[in-house]
Amino acid sequence: MRATLTDASALATAPRGRSLWGDARRRFFRNRAAMVGLVALVLIAAFAAIGPFVAPWGYEEIDWSVLGSIQTMGRPSVATGHWFGTDALGRDLFARTVQGTQISLMVGIVGALIAVFVGTLYGAVAGYFGGRVDNVMMRIVDVLMSIPYMFVLILLLVVFGRSILMLFIGIGLISWLEMARIARGQTLALKGKEFVEAAVATGVHPFRIILRHIVPNLLGVIIVYATLLVPSMIIYESFISFLGLGVQEPLTSWGALINDGSAEMRNGTIWQLLFPLGFFVVGLFAFFFIGDGLRDALDPKDR
Amino acid sequence: MIRMTLLASAAMLVANVALAAGTHPVTGEPLADDQSFAYSLLDQFPTLDPQLNEETSGSHIISQLFEGLVRQDADGNLIPGVATEWSSPDNTVWTFKLRPEAKWSNGEPVTAKDFVYAVRRAADPATASPYAWYIELSSITGGADVVAGKAAPDTLGVEAVDDHTLKFTLTQPLPFFPAMTTYATFSPVHQATIEKFGAEWTKPENMVSNGAYTLKEIAVNEYFKLVKNPEYWDAANVIITDITGYIVNDRNQSLARYEAGEFDMMDDLPAGTYPELKAKYPDQTHSTPRLCSYYYAINFTDSGNPALKDVRVRKALSYMLNRQVIVDQVLKGGQAPAFNFTHAATAGFEMPTIDYSTWTQEERMTKAKELMAEAGFGPDKPLDLNLIYNTSDSHKAIATVAAQMWKPLGVNVTLNNYEWQSYLEIRGAQNFDLARSAWCGDYNEASTFLDLLTTTHGSNDGKYSNAEVDELMTASRKMANPNEAYTRVEQILADEMAIIPVYHYTQNFMLDPKIKNWPMNNVENNWYIRDIYRVAN
Amino acid sequence: MTTFILRRLLVAIPVLLLLIVATFVLMYAAPGSPFASERGITPFVLANLEREYGLDQPFIVQIWIYVTNIVTRFDFGPSFVYRDQDVNDLIAQGFPVTLVYGAWSFVVAVTVGGLLGIVAAIRQNTWLDYLAVGVSIGAQVLPNFVLAPILVLIFTLWLGWLPGGGWQGGQWQYVVLPVIALSTSFMASIARIARASMLEVLSSNFIRTARAKGLPQHRIILHHALKPALLPVISYLGPAFVGMITGSVVIDIYFSTGGIGQFFVASALNRDYGVMMGITVLLGALTILFNLLVDVAYAWIDPKIRY
Repeated sequence: MRATLTDASALATAPRGRSLWGDARRRFFRNRAAMVGLVALVLIAAFAAIGPFVAPWGYEEIDWSVLGSIQTMGRPSVATGHWFGTDALGRDLFARTVQGTQISLMVGIVGALIAVFVGTLYGAVAGYFGGRVDNVMMRIVDVLMSIPYMFVLILLLVVFGRSILMLFIGIGLISWLEMARIARGQTLALKGKEFVEAAVATGVHPFRIILRHIVPNLLGVIIVYATLLVPSMIIYESFISFLGLGVQEPLTSWGALINDGSAEMRNGTIWQLLFPLGFFVVGLFAFFFIGDGLRDALDPKDR
Repeated sequence: MIRMTLLASAAMLVANVALAAGTHPVTGEPLADDQSFAYSLLDQFPTLDPQLNEETSGSHIISQLFEGLVRQDADGNLIPGVATEWSSPDNTVWTFKLRPEAKWSNGEPVTAKDFVYAVRRAADPATASPYAWYIELSSITGGADVVAGKAAPDTLGVEAVDDHTLKFTLTQPLPFFPAMTTYATFSPVHQATIEKFGAEWTKPENMVSNGAYTLKEIAVNEYFKLVKNPEYWDAANVIITDITGYIVNDRNQSLARYEAGEFDMMDDLPAGTYPELKAKYPDQTHSTPRLCSYYYAINFTDSGNPALKDVRVRKALSYMLNRQVIVDQVLKGGQAPAFNFTHAATAGFEMPTIDYSTWTQEERMTKAKELMAEAGFGPDKPLDLNLIYNTSDSHKAIATVAAQMWKPLGVNVTLNNYEWQSYLEIRGAQNFDLARSAWCGDYNEASTFLDLLTTTHGSNDGKYSNAEVDELMTASRKMANPNEAYTRVEQILADEMAIIPVYHYTQNFMLDPKIKNWPMNNVENNWYIRDIYRVAN
Repeated sequence: MTTFILRRLLVAIPVLLLLIVATFVLMYAAPGSPFASERGITPFVLANLEREYGLDQPFIVQIWIYVTNIVTRFDFGPSFVYRDQDVNDLIAQGFPVTLVYGAWSFVVAVTVGGLLGIVAAIRQNTWLDYLAVGVSIGAQVLPNFVLAPILVLIFTLWLGWLPGGGWQGGQWQYVVLPVIALSTSFMASIARIARASMLEVLSSNFIRTARAKGLPQHRIILHHALKPALLPVISYLGPAFVGMITGSVVIDIYFSTGGIGQFFVASALNRDYGVMMGITVLLGALTILFNLLVDVAYAWIDPKIRY
């Protein structure tokens, strides 16, 4: 799934103009897979937002009448109010899936935003100044890229303790490198454009040029990259949860729910795996499809 | 004067009888042609060096490879190992008589000097053993000074009177000293081998051992193999010829492989699976008492919530905890609800009548709410507590359930889970209000539990301190019947609610029914493969 | 080209040094110690252990000793937890295992994934295409910690065809399940990438020209379309490699293969400083080497790239 990210650099050749966004929107809405992804994502987001208000049970509340006989009493049922059944401790799986969806989407989106923010600025600065600055900055990126990132994340969580904030920062900060490379490449191409040269000639401050003229023109690439980065973030989080370093109980996430469900796979409580896994798979693919759709839409090369 | 003589066990009687081909010499059961035994372990053991070992999975293997002075029978009673008899006039000076026929796997005799070398080696700072403190705990004279590097290892109170007589001198009377020598730290080691190979001596090609088995192969994180030691003095009565241990980090995976027939035994079943397994495999699924207690430590220091200094709050928390739900509906493995610290199955221990253990849960809960209200807390004036636990599915489950049980008291519990090493540091620094804790007996006697709640004990992480408890525990060492003191201590702990006891452990495991003579009643979970055998179909 | 490779290898040296220092710093900042024990280790015992492992030395001295031991003797020092082994032993035992199932997974992911993607692209909008896309959608995001127990359930418990774990020197029965569990999601990703890029190449002008000239289909694909279509796949191999290292953790935990992936996490959790450093350096060096290989392969296939 990462390669699709690098593909975003194909946008380098995209011509820019006023009609670009309008054209892109039209192309995007014609893309059937992307529209399916968008609808799925909207539904999942609505589930996460509205879920807490419709769930008859709280996400940390234990149904004592179910505890101890989950296989029979904890089944998905409309009568008990446990629409998705319960987890191994008699907590309502619907409410917990809602909660896990919130956390996973948040980790994915905030992590991607951090990565995009840091990566874009870093890459734009390196590309704009060029020469020795560029050389040093990009060598640093090369160095960081050779570090086994998951190991760093584990160390960070161990050193600074487990918290959702650390998860955001940790995941975000190890994912900006690719973005920095792409942003740099784009900036190099933009640097020679007339509007940038005009700004330079009129004595505009370099950082102002970067923020006002370069970054807005990178927006297409950034959006595509960010959309494709979100699912990677969610996958990282699920791995961290598998290692037992994810969010603290009673909070949960897709990864944590799937991990718990798969541990109970053979105990006759398969719904504990299927519901969260379903959301996970659909959610990730919604992001992939939307990302692919956006890339195709912003890339006018006719297929 | 205590004197224990050689037990004329069934095993000794048959020593002369050659193993009749295919049948067990005592029971006459038909034996399987293939006498191998395979089991699964959760983690790679860190070492097979007896003096460096500090954990259970390694000590199980060490007790197959090395034979100490004494060992245990299926019920946990002491039986002769290398020593045939042991005695002490005053519980302070202990003399062990060693059997002359004991041999190392290279054919050399096992002598008292080997034991002296091993004990000195364990305490010697140059060895850097993480278990050196066990020598201090066993009260051998000079132990503390040697570990601290203030005295030479040869000043320790252990000496070889002659080749087959070993004498220990202790700083204080210790009636259970022989029981302490069953632990790996006291196992003899072969000096010449260690001096020749250094740290490499535990490699299969180098190791010389004196137990019923020798080390054949190790594949780190995958498996290890032991084979029968022909030089073992009682080799004629050892039936299992090959042992393989497989390391499987995931319990569910391990269970699947057990069911597929890859293992004969697996312990530490996944939380909550016992009842289904028992229903599915009634003759393979076992639950036996295990000498460990699970409890929540309460932080008595200033870093803890000040409300916990109020005995009413501590009592309310304990009363409110529905232990029956935890053992029956969460753990489901036959564990016993605990209202005291010492495990109920501890030898000689007389359980005091702890008042709230006789109440119904409704009575406890009513009382808890009253006490909490008296202390000034309730749903409208909540108490915030920070509960820490280390990573494990069952700790997580119990903590989650407990937090919900306490909610009606107006107690808001924040759960904080840490991986083991961080958890030890945080608990040891008293950065908690409540800490999930467990203690397993080092030997089968109540003091192994109760000492923990004395003021100076290194694992008293809640820093509970009561002068009377300290006095009673010191005095108990010299008492003819210390159990009265233990009962009194338990009563004090319950009155002050020094800890919140949760449950007493069981050992839950799967065992192939063809494997016979497994020690089902050994509460310390010590097993010796030399005693078991596999019958034919 | 040669100077490019040499320069990249030279850069690797300071990179690895930096990696060592950074890991050392993080390790020191981590709470807990490799010697902490529930049994309340006494101060003197702790002091003995710290002296044994040189932890009583100043920070700078420790790094210096560590680096000189690696450079002069290729000695990564002792393990702080596994007292019977040193880091070289552990890596020598675990790394070949990881390498074998990792390499197989890589080969399977690239060949099966690549073929699947290309065939799907050539037969676009046929049932074959839909099947390939459908399978790769599910497989791409199915976490391997879910896939691994399912495989054991099916192949070990129900069918009884394959052992549920172990390695036994890499006999084929023991390699199959780990390779399936590790390669599936990468295979699916590669299939998707290969399909997309093949479609793009097939619609490009030079292929149209080739078609117009009346070249047969298989000739067009093998001689003209394949190489450019593989470029995105090759650029994905770098991330896939890193992903497989991470995935090997799950494989080792579930299949008890004894590879180094398991140490990778366990050493951080146990504060086994020696093993943690050794594996970080090893994996860092591997990542550098692999990225270099990918770049060389890229340059070889794409004549537009010059170094």
